[in-house]
Amino acid sequence: MADTTPTPSSASTTQAVGGMASSYRRRELRRAFESMLTSRWALVGLLILLIVTFVAIFGPWLAPFDPNRQNIMMRLLEPGQPGAGELTYWLGSDQLGRDVLSRLLYGARVSLLVGVAAIAVGGTLGTIAGLVSGYFGGWVDDVIMRLGDIQLAFPFILLAIMFLVVLGPGLVNIILVLGIGQWITYARIVRAQTLSLREKEYVEAARAMGDSTFSILFRTILPNIIAPLTVIASFNVAGVILSEAALSFLGLGVPPDVPTWGSMLSESRDHLLSNKWWLAVFPGLAIVFTVLAFNIIGDWLRDFLDPRLKENG
Amino acid sequence: MWTFLIRRLMQSIVVLIGVTLISFISLQIGGDPTYLFVSENASAEEIQRAREALGFDKPLHIQYLSYVWNALQGDFGNSLSYRQPAMDVVLEAMPATIELTFFSLVLAIGLSIPLGIYAALNRGKPADGGIMTFAMLGQSIPNFWMGIMMILFFGLYLRWFPISGHVPFLEPLFEGDFATAFSNLPRSMYYMIMPAFAVGTYTLARNARLIRSSMLEVLQQDYVRTARSKGISERRVVIHHAMRNAWLPVVTMIGLEFGFLLGGVVVVETVFSYPGIGRLVFNAINQRDIPVVQASVILLAAIFILLNLIVDLIYARLDPRVKL
Repeated sequence: MADTTPTPSSASTTQAVGGMASSYRRRELRRAFESMLTSRWALVGLLILLIVTFVAIFGPWLAPFDPNRQNIMMRLLEPGQPGAGELTYWLGSDQLGRDVLSRLLYGARVSLLVGVAAIAVGGTLGTIAGLVSGYFGGWVDDVIMRLGDIQLAFPFILLAIMFLVVLGPGLVNIILVLGIGQWITYARIVRAQTLSLREKEYVEAARAMGDSTFSILFRTILPNIIAPLTVIASFNVAGVILSEAALSFLGLGVPPDVPTWGSMLSESRDHLLSNKWWLAVFPGLAIVFTVLAFNIIGDWLRDFLDPRLKENG
Repeated sequence: MWTFLIRRLMQSIVVLIGVTLISFISLQIGGDPTYLFVSENASAEEIQRAREALGFDKPLHIQYLSYVWNALQGDFGNSLSYRQPAMDVVLEAMPATIELTFFSLVLAIGLSIPLGIYAALNRGKPADGGIMTFAMLGQSIPNFWMGIMMILFFGLYLRWFPISGHVPFLEPLFEGDFATAFSNLPRSMYYMIMPAFAVGTYTLARNARLIRSSMLEVLQQDYVRTARSKGISERRVVIHHAMRNAWLPVVTMIGLEFGFLLGGVVVVETVFSYPGIGRLVFNAINQRDIPVVQASVILLAAIFILLNLIVDLIYARLDPRVKL
């Protein structure tokens, strides 16, 4: 480690390594694609995910009605009933005469947005915390990990309830609370990986070449721990979507004028006894299929990236 | 043994302090917390009086210390809707919640063990596929929706189970009335079966998968092969050799699982109008009754921490590999 000045050939070496890496990445992508095609479950998951994403993006154009348009004359119609004019309430209407299908289509946006955004927040925070914790060790590591322990000592939904009651419902609030709730999951994985990677030769080499700590953490170590992170993230999106639905169900989600699957289920409770089943069945199925898709993809990713972890199936 | 005990106890205390800190912060993030403790149409004078009474006019660190001091004595202020100490309201609802959580834990663990083992022993056969599909679905169904579907199907359509209500078991037990408690038990379980199943489905599904893969791994171990080669019956190999080690990962998880279920109970109670802490919190959320929310959350967190401590200690005693 005596000489830390980069040698003249280091640039071309880096280029060559970069070229090898990109061809390796292409090969891996093709392998992933082929593995996905041969796994029936993974294909089903991918298909559901594509449909939900499509609906989330194009919902406003697909929805036959304005999701918030009330029509007292058309309240609590059973699925398939014709409405005013040409339009049909394919999945029925709710207690205010709003179209269940249209609300369902709009609801996909909130679920996916909250799921992905919360993971982005939690994943970023957790990754940075884990990298710092694992790389520096010592008291920094202790403080970060104890903070995580404290958070894990709470059943998460309680923590979310406590903050959201004070902050009030809102899209940004729920994303932040759910996101911050996830950081420790990522921090622990990243920390463990960083601990083992920081002693590797190529990290040593980067240090020897005088790379900054920032560059070592984010350019040398991080790319090598992305794989396990994607697996966690996939399962995590599923968990966050479930939590969002539960919080919306409790009235702590987004404001009432934004249709969400959880709040639709919450409203359906008042009409269970009069057997208005469609108000509860369809939003629930939407949640189940979306969460199922993320869980299936998570399973597949885990098996693909680390066949040793395969559930002996 | 003592060093482990003391170290583990210290950890729990640090965590508890963290819990109070987090809940204190949650009160402060919305601005002046006084408004959370007075009714919406309180006059300026009333607000000022409450601010002084609650100590919110003092510096933050003093506020925190008095918050912790009050919390230690179970004092979270008066409930805004019940007009009595928040902690009393919460403690009244506690036994029902503990009953439900415990029952769903027993149900989930009790069913996941045979399901996981059966799937492992029939690996690749339709039974395995069926159980694993069920497990995958079980991990994707929101517990409260499961509850709603059970109400619709088993409660309203088939009329097999009651869709709401609760017969107390722990309450008479705590009061020393054992005869009533145990005569209530069967009906208590009958009323709890749907909510308990709704709460426990996720845990049941996850543990069935966990036990299956752990069992498959154990079945490949040398000592199982040895046992088989000695001519021991398959039944005995499974029960005495494989199963014992296969459910270790599940035992480790039970403490955490209880906390997870407790979180689920909070939501599911609302669906079944079950008179526990969950429904209390739900109503408190709608009425912005912050003292009740705070008291409930902190009490549940404290129970969770205590349980984890106990489970860790038991585990350390049971597993010789954990040094005491």
